[in-house]
Amino acid sequence: MITKRIIPCLDVKDGRVVKGVNFLGLADVSSPVKLAKFYSDSGADELVFYDITASSEGRALFTDILTQVASTIFVPLTVGGGINTVADFDRVLKCGADKVSVNSGAIKNPSLIEEAAKKYGNQCVVISADVKRVDGVFRVFAKGGRENTGMEAIEWIKHAVDLGAGEVVVNSIDTDGVKKGFDLEMLDRVLNAVSVPVIASGGAGSKEDFVSLFKTLPTVDAGLAASVFHFGEIDIKDLKKELKKNDINVRI
Amino acid sequence: MIAIIDYGVGNLFSLSSSLKAVGADTVLTSDPDEIRAADKIILPGVGAFGDARQKLCDTGLDRVVIEEVKKGKKIFGICLGMQLLFEKSFEYGEHEGLGLLKGAVVPMEGKIPVDFKIPHIGWNALDKKKEHPIFKYIKTGDFVYFVHSYFAADCDDSLLATTDYGREMTAAVALNNVTGTQFHPEKSGEVGLSILRAFNEWED
Repeated sequence: MITKRIIPCLDVKDGRVVKGVNFLGLADVSSPVKLAKFYSDSGADELVFYDITASSEGRALFTDILTQVASTIFVPLTVGGGINTVADFDRVLKCGADKVSVNSGAIKNPSLIEEAAKKYGNQCVVISADVKRVDGVFRVFAKGGRENTGMEAIEWIKHAVDLGAGEVVVNSIDTDGVKKGFDLEMLDRVLNAVSVPVIASGGAGSKEDFVSLFKTLPTVDAGLAASVFHFGEIDIKDLKKELKKNDINVRI
Repeated sequence: MIAIIDYGVGNLFSLSSSLKAVGADTVLTSDPDEIRAADKIILPGVGAFGDARQKLCDTGLDRVVIEEVKKGKKIFGICLGMQLLFEKSFEYGEHEGLGLLKGAVVPMEGKIPVDFKIPHIGWNALDKKKEHPIFKYIKTGDFVYFVHSYFAADCDDSLLATTDYGREMTAAVALNNVTGTQFHPEKSGEVGLSILRAFNEWED
């Protein structure tokens, strides 16, 4: 039976992992290559690299790092951040990325999803949506969650999937950073609206939050988190043991 | 030397890197002479069956591969590359494959329960059906990474391993010198590397 995936997300700026990391026995904690290796050895099922650099120097550095990671770590890699054109897809896929996640770039130009899916296949295109409740309605936010697009989130996600996105990352701005659990209500709405894999993001604070995610929403495919892994608050090996103990199918 | 056939289908960076990591000597090539001179062949591939088949045909590499394999050269197909080894595929119409293995590639749609998502994406466990040199380090229960919407059916005696996704589905095939995996060994961590290592070490 297919397993539930656990996915650490690394934000990279100027060649370094941005959110502070604190691991025992890992000397250079902000090195993306070392951290990626550490996660892969701990049983991470996939890695997400998010490029949050704005400068072209930073962008070149990011692709260098991606190349290094893809030369040494053999699990699926998803890349996001600054993906606005099919040429951006090409740039990161050549460095060893398997999937490319689009967010603001697809909001500005939804046909990017369609073009990329035609060229690289649906499995390669991930729609990532930052979603927040505004007056009781789920709205899509752009530019790293700073700008309300006014679009209704479930409709937007459905549209992106119809255009060819093969996977959805739902990042709840409401639960992000709160560490009290994933946004189960929001995720449930998305799961009922689309038939492609859905990845939950935003809100993980403990192993129990992952257990409750997969128990409450058995059709959710993966859980993604950043700081709880980077700060060592959750060890992926322990997390997977806990999930298995709760009869959730994971790769151990 | 292992020739990785480069016929303009998909990205070969990870595949080359993973083979390098297990100490294999490889060459990315579309040159018939280089393919003939190589000890073994890897046939990669992502995308649609029809397009890939057409590209192999346009470059004439299909004939080279078939000739070499019929002479006994070892071949390993990955994902779509494995599907191409079969007689035919029903992906968007009906297409002829290389015909090196018996069986046909069919859509999952309608053949798995409706609550199973298509494509089949993620890590799933192997159920080993027989012994073969490329699976010498593999045991039932090992996890590998899949991304596909079609699968090989009626493989008969080439069936090497299956996986469970609402039904039993072909995960790997091997019959004498003709081998392949539906999953991506280059994305399947240590388990995947051990298959590439075994392919590299494989001698008669």
